[in-house]
Amino acid sequence: MFDFSVVSSWIHQFLTSVMPEGLAIFLECLVVGVCILAAYAVIAMILIYMERKICAWFQCRIGPDRVGKFGLLQLFADVIKMLIKEIVELKNTDKFLHALAPYIVILSSILAFACLPINKGMEILDFNIGVVFLVAVSSLGVIGILLAGWSSNSKYTMIGAMRSGAQIISYELSIGMCLLAVAIFTGTLQFSEIVAFQADGWLIFKGHIPAVIAFIVYLIAGNAETNRGPFDMPEAESELTAGYHTEYSGMHFGFFYLSEYLNMFIIAGVAATIFLGGWMPLHISGLEGFNAIMDYIPGFVWFFGKAFFVVFLLMWMRWTFVRLRIDQLLKFEWKILLPIGLFNLVLMILVVVFKLHF
Amino acid sequence: MDLKKRILEIAPETQFVEQGDIKAIVPSSSFYALAKKLKEDEDTSFDFLLSLTGMDFGDSLGVIYHLESTKYGHTCVLQTSTTNRENPELYSVCDLWKTANFNEREVYDFFGIRFINHPDMRRLFLRDEWNGYPFRKDYDMDSNPLNMTNEVTEDKTTELTIDAEGNVIEKENTLFDDKEYVINIGPQHPSTHGVLRFRTSLQGEIIKKIEPYCGYIHRGIEKMNENLTYPQTLALTDRLDYLSAHQNRHALCMLIEKALGVEIPERVQYIRTIMDELQRIDSHILFYSCLAMDMGAITPFTYGFRDREMILDIFEQTTGGRLIQNYNVVGGVQADIHPDFVNSVKKFIPYFRNILKEYHDIFTGNVIVHQRLKGVGVLSKEDAISFGTTGGTGRASGWACDTRKRKPYAMYDKVDFKEIVYTEGDSFARYMVRMDEMLESMKIIEQLIDNIPEGAYQVKMKPIIKVPEGSYFTSVESSRGEFGVFLESKGDKYPYRLKYRSTGLPLVAAVDTITKGGKIADLIAIGGTLDYVIPDIDR
Repeated sequence: MFDFSVVSSWIHQFLTSVMPEGLAIFLECLVVGVCILAAYAVIAMILIYMERKICAWFQCRIGPDRVGKFGLLQLFADVIKMLIKEIVELKNTDKFLHALAPYIVILSSILAFACLPINKGMEILDFNIGVVFLVAVSSLGVIGILLAGWSSNSKYTMIGAMRSGAQIISYELSIGMCLLAVAIFTGTLQFSEIVAFQADGWLIFKGHIPAVIAFIVYLIAGNAETNRGPFDMPEAESELTAGYHTEYSGMHFGFFYLSEYLNMFIIAGVAATIFLGGWMPLHISGLEGFNAIMDYIPGFVWFFGKAFFVVFLLMWMRWTFVRLRIDQLLKFEWKILLPIGLFNLVLMILVVVFKLHF
Repeated sequence: MDLKKRILEIAPETQFVEQGDIKAIVPSSSFYALAKKLKEDEDTSFDFLLSLTGMDFGDSLGVIYHLESTKYGHTCVLQTSTTNRENPELYSVCDLWKTANFNEREVYDFFGIRFINHPDMRRLFLRDEWNGYPFRKDYDMDSNPLNMTNEVTEDKTTELTIDAEGNVIEKENTLFDDKEYVINIGPQHPSTHGVLRFRTSLQGEIIKKIEPYCGYIHRGIEKMNENLTYPQTLALTDRLDYLSAHQNRHALCMLIEKALGVEIPERVQYIRTIMDELQRIDSHILFYSCLAMDMGAITPFTYGFRDREMILDIFEQTTGGRLIQNYNVVGGVQADIHPDFVNSVKKFIPYFRNILKEYHDIFTGNVIVHQRLKGVGVLSKEDAISFGTTGGTGRASGWACDTRKRKPYAMYDKVDFKEIVYTEGDSFARYMVRMDEMLESMKIIEQLIDNIPEGAYQVKMKPIIKVPEGSYFTSVESSRGEFGVFLESKGDKYPYRLKYRSTGLPLVAAVDTITKGGKIADLIAIGGTLDYVIPDIDR
């Protein structure tokens, strides 16, 4: 298995040999930051293209196919359009907050993105409370959404923001429950250790029933967290035109758009990491030859493969279901999903205490 | 029971005119008492106000009421008028029939007749500061230059009442007070299906009150008709409810043919019936697609549009038009059916019957759809009749109001089909009525398509059609209810007054009643299941 820390430590040694350590670390941080932003943008574009094509297949359409081969250049055209579009300033709005909101949303999304271990030795933010950190930063985004809705000074955006606040805060609990169940099982809150724990079998297999329940609950709650259908109430284009970002244009709107897609990827990436073994290859104990072959496939391929599989599941949901109503949505969380999560937590504790897992 | 005698007992000064349909001319002083009695008496029980038409008779201004009893099925036409052209006032009947509320506002808007005891005497279609009343015959066409200022929406409205001494006084009513959170849903909104505006008062997500504002696509089609010859008026019917284009035109052709006493060849009747039913399937597919779209599922939307395209292709093959076909003409149809018409219809029906199962799989069976639609937006049968919400909406509330069964026309009395009636009255029933109706429509087409008789597709008409003097009313079952045409003719080559009974206006009038206490999302689902088309409301 290729270990990326070989590369990173080589770079570190090379840099410290030619400059003082402080400057070297500063330079490394800079490079890593640029890499994250680049990966963020590239993944967002892949996701947008993927969503367009997948939803087209679901709907018996072809999808974009005019700009470039298979419509591949459509995305670049869209990005350029978004970048050069005017950012409209509105009268009677809180201009500072209005401009600040998209940055908060995208910042929280980037911080959460940086937590994902993509390959062996390729963790960016990896410390002993990584899971808690991820939950904390990803819930910062709701502040941006509330600010966006409030500062636009429009009734539609206000309703969208209030819906979004209620929804995200509620579904955070279910996500927390699932992550807690995983933490109990693995005995750690550090992503790299959670992945290492799954070296001899992915968690969804090892933890059998409670892990599968946690995985399903996580997918549902995660879909709600990202404001995507059937939980897209905050945007609900047929009710609130575009919800909290109705009044945004140009790249400010683009930030909301990007972060929505990346949040979906983060949810999928976390699901892949904690339930499907992250960058760990598929190992079946007893089949040494098979395991060896699987090890030849690099870790990031495993990670992205799993993450995009989960993304596909989320898209499947999105393009099949009808939108819920806000009271049904909250009832679903507080009366169904959360009790299941709590029950599952107890079940997981029993499984761990009595060693009923594989 | 002799209706004439009954009316004379209650209002002895009534006169009867027997030109075209029999019409009872009632003096305005005794009109309200007569209407109340006709509605409430057990043996008359006229509980359905089919149409309310304002008229300018030249010397007087008046209103014509088409009443119908859902219990006995009998009908009557009443007319009342006032000679006071400066300050015309008549008694309102909106406490007897709820649908009269909007209809009387329309009459006030166009003729300036103010209705006493009407709680909300505002204009319905035109701007509040409009000068004059455009449907009066002496209206000056240049009195309203293009207005460049924004209209201010008033939160107050006036009501005329009678005080203890018998004088008419004005009272002020409040629509929304200052503390209410009022949000505009429309006129530019993705789910109002056009330029309809709901001012919605909210308490959090819960709807307290809705005030519909119409007229954003008002074109004055009825007024335009007064300067067009009869064949010319046909062109405008397709522009009313564009999803019932064929049926609307069928209604007007039928009316003129009835007034002229023209016998229509059987081949034409077959063609018209088949086209009507194809149009109905077309409209109901669009209903399904748009409802799914409104509720956030875009996949069923594309399914629907894929299959609707096949019907449009069939239309295009024969008529040359897709959305608006302009196919019916007075005395027949524009051109004979395409040689391949029978074949393509027969190919379409088995295909669509199959695909309809897929529609149910992806949408009807979905648990979220049940949650969103069942028990939401219940309209009781009494309200449905009182508002006159014919079509699928009425039938979902248990009111068997299908014009094809009540007053059969064309081939409908010779084919076997079921009238779909549900009793729940909620959004889900409204949805299921339309889904089941598609199956019935296919059944009708299947019975007719193989037996289209040979013969002429058109009766030769005189180049200038003059309808004999009198008043006539005909209605057909359009895709979303009973579409009626009322014609008052003075024997000219132009209609004196041509009024369309809108199928959508009663639906919009009922929105406030249906949505009360619901959520914003319910309003969208209810709007989707009511299935109104805006150009038909505004005309």
